[in-house]
Amino acid sequence: MTYLKRSPWIVHYDASSCNGCDIEVLACLTPMYDVERFGIVNTGNPKHADIFVVTGSINEQNKAVVRNIYDQIPEPKVVVAVGICATSGGVFRECYNVSGGIDIIIPVDVYVLGCAARPESIIDGIVKSLVILEEKRSNMNSPDTLREPSKGGK
Amino acid sequence: MISPVYGLVYILFAPVAGGLVAGIDRKITARMQGRVGPPLLQPFYDVGKLFEKENLVVTRSQDLYALSYLVFMLVSGALFFAGGDILLVIFAFTLSHIFLVLGAYASSSPYSFIGAERELIQIIAYEPMIILSAVGMYMVTRSFYVSDIAASAIPLALYLPGVFIGFLMVLTIKLRKSPFDLSTSHHAHQEIVKGVTTEFTGSNLGKIEIAHWYENVFLLGFIFLFFAFSIPVALVAIAVTFLIEILIDNTFSRVKWQFTLRSAWIVAGMLGLVNLAVLYYLSGVLHP
Repeated sequence: MTYLKRSPWIVHYDASSCNGCDIEVLACLTPMYDVERFGIVNTGNPKHADIFVVTGSINEQNKAVVRNIYDQIPEPKVVVAVGICATSGGVFRECYNVSGGIDIIIPVDVYVLGCAARPESIIDGIVKSLVILEEKRSNMNSPDTLREPSKGGK
Repeated sequence: MISPVYGLVYILFAPVAGGLVAGIDRKITARMQGRVGPPLLQPFYDVGKLFEKENLVVTRSQDLYALSYLVFMLVSGALFFAGGDILLVIFAFTLSHIFLVLGAYASSSPYSFIGAERELIQIIAYEPMIILSAVGMYMVTRSFYVSDIAASAIPLALYLPGVFIGFLMVLTIKLRKSPFDLSTSHHAHQEIVKGVTTEFTGSNLGKIEIAHWYENVFLLGFIFLFFAFSIPVALVAIAVTFLIEILIDNTFSRVKWQFTLRSAWIVAGMLGLVNLAVLYYLSGVLHP
């Protein structure tokens, strides 16, 4: 019996998103969708979070920030890239001030497509990420995959 | 006079009751906001999960402080339910919060620091009122022992209406409910609002949550003392009080620390002290 899947807490970071996906992420918390039904809570604190939800693409300004937030989340953790900008850079991919998707900095577990991503698909992506989160937890406890305590990331 | 059995019952079953109370709280809060809300057992899932997570600490002393918070909360609650001296209970209760503040200060994080300072301000705000409650109970029943106060046939709430309302005021601070959830909040979407608990992760955060459940059960037990003359009345009073707290939590926005401190002291002074003064003049009637 594991509790991790029943209580995923989220930290949401806006990495140069146009605020479209961010509004949709917050829409998941409203009475219409109410993700707290699944025990999902928006913590706003990486040290309490299990799932890192990132919107928008990576640029030179937020590289260190995304890395820092990721490092502060205790194991096990998953990353969900929400929106087309977070997955690849989207239409801004070739811009001089855009480096690319989130996965050029940190490993991404689930990509949620869309511009902006719809609340239904965001919830679907987070529910899918719970399976990966559970896998990571069982790997964490098995003795053959001993890992270093996370100091400054992997 | 002191019955360790009740203390033991508290130690074993208070987390169950506290977790259920927290679950009911979240469910009712969700319904008030027009949401479905999490399952009733969600707080247990949350704490279970926290113990499955990695325990990231800035310094190892955080482990000690989180544990001390839990242990001293347990001690004060167990003393209370065993029928011990209410003053000792209050001092152990305050000490446990001091450990929480120390834990927050140990982490050298600005968010934690602000939370710790706000927690200290909250302690300053609610402490006089809690002491006044104990003194009021002593003036009516002539005993500081919880067992004597609980056994008293005098309806304390009728003699101590001002003290009771003052206690409800600080109860909002203690239950970490809006508008007084300054040091750490259940509804925090930023680190600064998460305050003292910002730097606690995994099992440490789980311990703090369990300690908070113990605390809530102890505080609801404190309400019981005001209505101890009749158990059904006391249970109804506890339920009504808790519902009012949830309603207040959902209707008021968070206030500044200045207002918290001022209003808590003004209420303690106006209602608590005046109530005690009246009791003092009527002491001839009460204890002829």
